[in-house]
Amino acid sequence: MSTRLANGGRLVNRDRAVSFSFNGKQMRGFEGDTLASALLAGDQMLVGRSFKYHRPRGIVASGAEEPNGLVNLGSGDMFEPNARVTTTEVFDGLQAGSQNHWPSLEFDVGAVNAKLSRFLPAGFYYKMFIHPRPLWKHVYEPFIRQSAGLGKAPKDRDGERYEHFYAHVDLLIIGGGIAGLVAAKAAIGSGLRVLVVEQTAAWGGRAPVDGAEIDGMPADQWVAQTVAELDAAENIEMRTRLMGAGVYDHGYVLGYERIGDHQPGASLPKHRLWRIRAGHVLTATGAIERPLSFAGNDVPGVMLASAVRDYAVNFGVSAGDRTVVVTNNDDAYRTALVMKEAGLDVPAIIDARDGGAGALGAEAEAAGIRVLKGKGIAKVKGGKRVTGVATCAMAGEGTPQEEIACDVVAMSGGWSPVVHLWSHCGGKLLWDEHHAFFRPDPERAPTGAAGEAFVSVAGSANGAMALANVVVDAAAQGVAAVKAAGGKAAKVAVKAEAEDMAAMAPVWMMPQGAKYELRTKMWLDYQNDVKVSDVQLAAQEGFESVEHTKRYTTLGMATDQGKLSNINGLAILSDALNQPIPQTGTTTFRPPYTPISMGAIAGEARDTIFQPLRKTPMHEWHDAHGAHWEPVGHWRRAYCFQQPGESVEDAVQREVKNTREKLGLLDASTLGKLIVKGPDAGKFLDMLYTNMMSTLKVGRCRYGLMCSENGFLMDDGVVARLSEDTFLCHTTSGGADHIHAHMEEWLQTEWWDWKVWVVNATEQYAQVAVVGPKARKVLQKLGGLDVSRDALPFMGWAEGEIAGIPARAFRISFSGELSYEIAVPANYGQAFWDKLIEAGEEFGVMPYGTEALHIMRAEKGFIMIGDETDGTVIPQDLELNWAISKKKEDFIGKRGQERVHMTDPDRWKLVGLKTVDGSVLPDGAYAVSEGSNANGQRNVIGRVTSTYHSPTLDRGIAMGLVKHGPDRMGERLEFPKVDGTSVHAEICDPVFFDREGEKQDV
Amino acid sequence: MKRYSAFAVAREAFRHHAGWERAWRNPEPKKSYDVIIIGAGGHGLATAFWLGKNHGITNVAVIEKGWLGGGNTGRNTTIIRSNYLQDPSAAIYEKSRSLYETMSQDVNYNIMFSPRGVMMLAQTHHEVRGYLRTEHANNLQGVATTFVGPEKVKELCPIINIDGPRYPVLGALWQPRGGTARHDAVAWGYARACSDMGMDIIQQCEVTGVRQQGGQVTGVDTTKGAIDCKKLGIVVAGHSGVLADMAGFRLPLESVALQALVSEPIKPCMDVVVMANTVHGYMSQSDKGEMVIGGGTDGYNNYTQRGSFHHIEETVRALIETFPMISRLKMLRQWGGIVDVTGDRSPIIGKTPLGNCFINCGWGTGGFKAIPGSGWATAEMIAKGEPGPLAAEFGMDRFKEGRFIDESVAAGVAH
Repeated sequence: MSTRLANGGRLVNRDRAVSFSFNGKQMRGFEGDTLASALLAGDQMLVGRSFKYHRPRGIVASGAEEPNGLVNLGSGDMFEPNARVTTTEVFDGLQAGSQNHWPSLEFDVGAVNAKLSRFLPAGFYYKMFIHPRPLWKHVYEPFIRQSAGLGKAPKDRDGERYEHFYAHVDLLIIGGGIAGLVAAKAAIGSGLRVLVVEQTAAWGGRAPVDGAEIDGMPADQWVAQTVAELDAAENIEMRTRLMGAGVYDHGYVLGYERIGDHQPGASLPKHRLWRIRAGHVLTATGAIERPLSFAGNDVPGVMLASAVRDYAVNFGVSAGDRTVVVTNNDDAYRTALVMKEAGLDVPAIIDARDGGAGALGAEAEAAGIRVLKGKGIAKVKGGKRVTGVATCAMAGEGTPQEEIACDVVAMSGGWSPVVHLWSHCGGKLLWDEHHAFFRPDPERAPTGAAGEAFVSVAGSANGAMALANVVVDAAAQGVAAVKAAGGKAAKVAVKAEAEDMAAMAPVWMMPQGAKYELRTKMWLDYQNDVKVSDVQLAAQEGFESVEHTKRYTTLGMATDQGKLSNINGLAILSDALNQPIPQTGTTTFRPPYTPISMGAIAGEARDTIFQPLRKTPMHEWHDAHGAHWEPVGHWRRAYCFQQPGESVEDAVQREVKNTREKLGLLDASTLGKLIVKGPDAGKFLDMLYTNMMSTLKVGRCRYGLMCSENGFLMDDGVVARLSEDTFLCHTTSGGADHIHAHMEEWLQTEWWDWKVWVVNATEQYAQVAVVGPKARKVLQKLGGLDVSRDALPFMGWAEGEIAGIPARAFRISFSGELSYEIAVPANYGQAFWDKLIEAGEEFGVMPYGTEALHIMRAEKGFIMIGDETDGTVIPQDLELNWAISKKKEDFIGKRGQERVHMTDPDRWKLVGLKTVDGSVLPDGAYAVSEGSNANGQRNVIGRVTSTYHSPTLDRGIAMGLVKHGPDRMGERLEFPKVDGTSVHAEICDPVFFDREGEKQDV
Repeated sequence: MKRYSAFAVAREAFRHHAGWERAWRNPEPKKSYDVIIIGAGGHGLATAFWLGKNHGITNVAVIEKGWLGGGNTGRNTTIIRSNYLQDPSAAIYEKSRSLYETMSQDVNYNIMFSPRGVMMLAQTHHEVRGYLRTEHANNLQGVATTFVGPEKVKELCPIINIDGPRYPVLGALWQPRGGTARHDAVAWGYARACSDMGMDIIQQCEVTGVRQQGGQVTGVDTTKGAIDCKKLGIVVAGHSGVLADMAGFRLPLESVALQALVSEPIKPCMDVVVMANTVHGYMSQSDKGEMVIGGGTDGYNNYTQRGSFHHIEETVRALIETFPMISRLKMLRQWGGIVDVTGDRSPIIGKTPLGNCFINCGWGTGGFKAIPGSGWATAEMIAKGEPGPLAAEFGMDRFKEGRFIDESVAAGVAH
């Protein structure tokens, strides 16, 4: 059994017990425990079930590479699936539960899949479930989906918060093991801003676990001293629990900090996402031990040798009472020695190498540990827990020789440098024959804008395996990194004794000649249930690219992203293809290094502030007066103002009538207001608008159209000339930002030498449309600016004070009524609005919303960008030829509009549409003609672009685009509805109301 | 070729699966072929498949620079739908969708087409009107879609938050027969079927030049030597511009990276595909349990198939707003694919200035769903020398004439 040892545990505080639950069972741990160490201390080796076969799964590793120990945490709005036990720190009250089983972890019905595994090799689903067709959707797929997946889906909105943080540093060092710390010493006093990050809660990495000595002192002491020294350096910032998650172009690095995870209830953010821009990145991310592929290597109790050692040394936890070590290298001998020293049984070290180990071998034998050389494991005994191993000759086919009882198998297949961060942004790898691993190729680093390498690597991540080499490499890399970042490097002299180590021997399969039955029991990917036989099958079937094999077998696609399985898998593939490993290559390393929460990615931006919310100065008033809001870009606009007991539709109809008959107020502040200024402003606007703007007189307004390069109408609005060199361009509410960008693009890329300056002043003004027969009266009552017909004629503007408030009044109308759009400085907006409401009371004033605006403009036959236009419509389609200058040599879109298809007489043109029965035409309906096209689609000759019930005319009115429309006045068209019936409508003039424009020009 | 079936799997189970043959042969190129297709992605392989199936042309080589299915076919979000607005688009995507329905049987390979339904949310009045228009258009185009209200949206996808504070769901355009498929399997299924018809799929073979004589194509130069052909199809997505340059013409295309990501796998919680265009993101759940998430394209041209972060941030925010529970999930992996985008966001299928050289490209962010139909139309064009009705509107000359097929009208999101 696994249990807490009487002594030891450098990371736990035995004075501070914490209690937590696992599957409802109360358990105890210590402060400093990971959930994995605390579970093991409570003899809970079995923690989950595998993905495909639902095999029992135990803890294998002690860090980020753990594939099996995935649990759900918390409940309700704190529920979190798929949390890794090896990186979850325990706290008082933590609730954990195992996943992917029914009805229980110990007894899982899904395990029948394991019994059927011979029928379920890699890719079986591509070959089955083909007939009969409907069964895939209705039977097979639901079944497969149900048995796949890991944790349950959270149900609630997230109860925790997250934040983002920006950091700009000259040098970022990722990894706080010995290599990272040594390298950081080079930056002391360098004048650089340096950030050193470590993903776990403790500095020092593996060296203290290995009992190493550095500079003549125990590693723990050296680490404490060095961290203190770095902490004291003013230019260096040290952070634990902060993982380097991804490296992107131009030194952009994503950091993932765990803050509230282990201290819930402290009202801290759960995670903090660091967006770091670094001049240079040094990764000192260490190495990960590889499993060995022998039959039964997935039985709970088979663990990485380094993990077994970690649990004993770091947490004072023994993974079991009797540990058999199986290895192809010297390092795993340390595990045997640690366990022996803890007073536990180590019945044997099974070393695949004929020659055995170096000095550590002698030490093991001196400690009375039996070392079997040139041997391997034929098979692991046990189901939910290891009960023993059968040994065999490494060279043979796996004939069992000797059975050794044990409850832990500590395996080591060698180590692989963590090259993920190096690779994210294009760093390439080379194959190191000596250690049998991929390591960064310094000649092919990720490069920055100037072609310089912006990532470098130190320590075992760089392939320096023994501590003596690590410190030398890290010192050199640290100095080089400081220089690369433009700093003056400090001298670094750190020493560690070289050890007498025998070379590792690559072992990709144990034993070498294992038969098929054994190969079907050798797991490569524990979570996804990919075995040696699966990769071999993939190769046999021609999935020769490593990407094909990965995708066919799902090797390395689990939540650990192949941290344990990839190298072993591609070695098996290379062997099957009879080609060297580097020729096979690796799959692509993608960010993030380990999964990061979606919550952290989103940061603070959620709920009401998930996007910037833009409010007009009168927003609160609207809200208090029944505004029915609609989003318009980032703005909120009132769709209508509902009175008590009124439906939205009723409110809209009332607002139209009231405005037409009395007085309406529209908050038009969202309207885009771009100020275009400079000696060349007129010339510039002549290019932007289809009509002539340079001839506009100061004091006058002109309606203008703006087209894309292709000639399509993109925006419209009224331009006012404020002074000789200043124009105010009104755009649609939704268009302000992109029209501003459009102007800048042309100015910056094509007409960079024109003397024009554009400012988006949209938010500087509140704008109110004062509309209706009483519009002039109310303004005159407020007093100030002369708004009489003579002083301020239609399409003119004037500046002055109204009711004591500085104002600019534009005599323009989008409703067909007498109308003034009045702009006041934004901070006067509410005051001005209040005065209008107060003064307007006697005239029957009412606010109106966007829908009433739309109806009134449709009654007048005015087009609306986004309704009559959709990016495929040119002004000529809308009978707007009058607004297209014939005199101008050029304007944006002119050439586009001259193309064959644009001048085609068959283009659909704007008309009005009146239903025969007075009903409202369905939104988006198409008019059909006889027959179908070559693809069997019904022939169409027009469509509805806007359709409303007009309260003024009390009938349905619509605008539409119809082939030869203006030439077909009075013709009836058929508009099929989606329910199979049709509506008929007559083509008519699009101006339904006040054709002569008498109402607006009074 | 041995047929795949449950029976075959059972038979092999009792002999250590030793009897499975290669899914496709790995031949050296012959000296000459009737047709060479450059690009063994979904579209290239589908073209080859229908050349054989519909037109009896099997002396075909499909040449691939890397590994088959390794481009956008293997890195998309697997959505299949045909609820397009414009007639030419609706025709080819609906053809494609219907071919997906029977593809597993047609190629004897389970591509896991899952007609689980695709829903496009309307979150502004403008969007509602847009989808009502699409619904009307689809109704006349023979594409089955309906506009459904928010209650139905919630019923079809319970994890959606329909009354979010910023963009409440006002309804959705629902295509019940849209869905997803296993993207790799589409490439592998076609590859296996093509190989079985005697076609040569030549991987790790880069085309380095296009040979021509008198304005007619005569073959290609490759890293495995020169290969002659009577007709040439260029079907290489992101690198179309490079190949066109070799053939001596230019294409109205830009290549940009499209970003996607998946979460860790969880138990089934979402049975439909949801696209939210206003907030800009889309999501479905793979059979494996991962939430598959796609967003927008990077704002700059680029050929590196790498993930960038700014779009991921926006996309995840949008989707947490739409599906609040995903905030508690973790992003497992993000990646980018290079998509070739035309001025009107619709593809190019057509003849080229070089005789007997045909091109299929420009699928932008929506190519996966089009694979079978695109192959069907391209094969017809190559076999007959002229585009048929499905491809007719997609020729390159439309940019000269201003005859755009603009779908951004209906949906501004990548897909």
